[in-house]
Amino acid sequence: MLKRLRESKSAQGTLLITPTLIFMVGLLIIPLILTLIISFGERSADGNVIYTFGWHNYARIIGISHDCANGQATCFDPLYAQILWRSLTLAFNSTVLVILLAYPLAYFIARSHPKRRNTFLFLVLVPLWTNFVIRVYAWMMLLRTQGLINIVLGWLAGLLGIHFVPLEMLYTPGAVLVGMVYEFLPFMILPIYTSLEKIDNSLYEAAADLGANPFRTFLRVTLPLSMPGVVAGTVLVFIPVMGTFVVSDLLGGKQVILIGNLIQRQFLDARDPTFGSAASLILMVMTLVVMYFYTRKFGFGEEIVVA
Amino acid sequence: MEQLSEFAVELRDVVKTFKTPEGTSLNAVDHVDMQIKNGEFFSMLGSSGCGKTTSLRMVAGFEWPTEGEVYIEGKAQGHTPPFQRPANTVFQSYALFQHMTIYQNIAFGLEMEKAPASEIKTRVGRVLEMVQLAGMERRFPKQLSGGQQQRIALARALVKLPNVLLLDEPLGALDLKLRKEMQLELKAIQQKVGITFIYVTHDQEEALTMSDRIAVMSKGKVLQIGKPVEIYERPNCKFVADFIGTSNFLEGKVKSLEGGKADVYVPALNAEVKGLVSGAVAVGDEAVISLRPEKIRLADKAVLSQNCFEGRIVSSVYIGSDTHLIVEVNGLRLKVWEQNKISSLDPKAYYIVGQPVWLTLFPENTLVMAGE
Repeated sequence: MLKRLRESKSAQGTLLITPTLIFMVGLLIIPLILTLIISFGERSADGNVIYTFGWHNYARIIGISHDCANGQATCFDPLYAQILWRSLTLAFNSTVLVILLAYPLAYFIARSHPKRRNTFLFLVLVPLWTNFVIRVYAWMMLLRTQGLINIVLGWLAGLLGIHFVPLEMLYTPGAVLVGMVYEFLPFMILPIYTSLEKIDNSLYEAAADLGANPFRTFLRVTLPLSMPGVVAGTVLVFIPVMGTFVVSDLLGGKQVILIGNLIQRQFLDARDPTFGSAASLILMVMTLVVMYFYTRKFGFGEEIVVA
Repeated sequence: MEQLSEFAVELRDVVKTFKTPEGTSLNAVDHVDMQIKNGEFFSMLGSSGCGKTTSLRMVAGFEWPTEGEVYIEGKAQGHTPPFQRPANTVFQSYALFQHMTIYQNIAFGLEMEKAPASEIKTRVGRVLEMVQLAGMERRFPKQLSGGQQQRIALARALVKLPNVLLLDEPLGALDLKLRKEMQLELKAIQQKVGITFIYVTHDQEEALTMSDRIAVMSKGKVLQIGKPVEIYERPNCKFVADFIGTSNFLEGKVKSLEGGKADVYVPALNAEVKGLVSGAVAVGDEAVISLRPEKIRLADKAVLSQNCFEGRIVSSVYIGSDTHLIVEVNGLRLKVWEQNKISSLDPKAYYIVGQPVWLTLFPENTLVMAGE
């Protein structure tokens, strides 16, 4: 047995991937199949699953309702479709905003003196040392009606003698957007930095030498060569923003329900795992579809992920 | 002041000071003056850290002089950025854009000039033919060999038809054989297009092969500027004589000067040696005599009344075309190269160790220059 292992490369390979394989099959593939099965089932009166086969949960998500006000058998209820659309647009907006904020910073770090780069990168990573939820709570402290931002604004208004009504910032879509951008910013900065840092200085010089001013150098050389970093960052930001429910739960309250919140509530509050499962699968499919078209256009950013 | 200059590039009293990591400052280029003529193949030659690359980068505009001024076509460049200078660079690392095809790489500079697409197409095609890489338009740089990438880097700069082409050790990454080929090809291209080439290299043979004139640099200063033959046959100081080719050096004191000749007393030989003044010396100066090994004549007796010394062969190495000898005179060891003009298998046809010989240092081959 041991002798065979020593001689056979394929046996060694099998051994190396076995732990992960067991983990992935046991905790990902099997649960996923279960989720799929459950999503076709029905909820019993006491919140258990009745294993049947029907598309009713999916029909409900896209808006076909049997609970109609005017006595019709079926009608259109856009509630869940709105949640899906809101999740998608929020993920898109957050990602775009994160790119716009992360790129200049990554560029600054990549072009700064090599001695200082590590300090800057360290500062980018520092927030990740505290718990995700705690950081979101910190934003609540900042954004709420008696929060730090309103206190400072009120004080400034007092100085200028202006009447000040505290801004209602918490529990708005804007608060959720700010929270998402803040949480996922480092995941965009790092891959963009990595791709920018790899660009040899002589390429900037060559572009300038051939007559390109700094702006055109950026458009024609810097940006295309750093696209792998942007792509990798987008994958790292878009997918979690689509699914996260903590940020929207704490900063959006009842106002900003995303698909993540929907799923969480179906499992915990509404106790309808069949509808929750269907929503989970819809989220997964939506994410995969978006990522499929995105990566088909721009690649996977694998140069960065591997590096 | 706007008149056209006869010089393509001129450096007037240029200084470039860098901060060292220890916090002191260092003159990478130290009061350099150079005048490079239109259409000239001009080389800056020196070992690493001599200031040749920094000088080139100041012409390109990647660095700005701390003091002094760089002129291109008679115009002071000041802090003109690289993209506004009529000079293009071939980088040592080639610096090709990996995300662009060969065509896009070469077209880049023309697109920046906003040249019409049809003109870009003909010019890219023409320059690719010149570097013998027609048909490679759609490949990416990574798909080409080092030598091919080098040609693309050259083509990308040449296609702009600059007044001045700056080349920073462009052949440094190529193997010896390819390098020799490219040397001849570069020279041929330069003669064909008639552009001024400023070529930076640490390879003296490369500089001698290609250049119209060479500037030998050391520690940020220009030591000598001249044609290859002048640099080799009339070095003006010990550094140049030592850096270019091989030399024997004798130390002495100048006794008299007359008509471009000098008498130098060499204590090691306990004799006065007559030689040609190659670098500025005055009577009473400490001087160095430089003797090229191939220019020392061997004989079995003294042939001149002066400059002849008896010695003994202490080493003899047959290397095919020549025999490399070391001759000991009064405890001094001198390198002497004898061409093997006669084909023979008899060891006695060549100089053998222990054999006594007379060395003749013809005054016209004996170069006198200032000591260090």
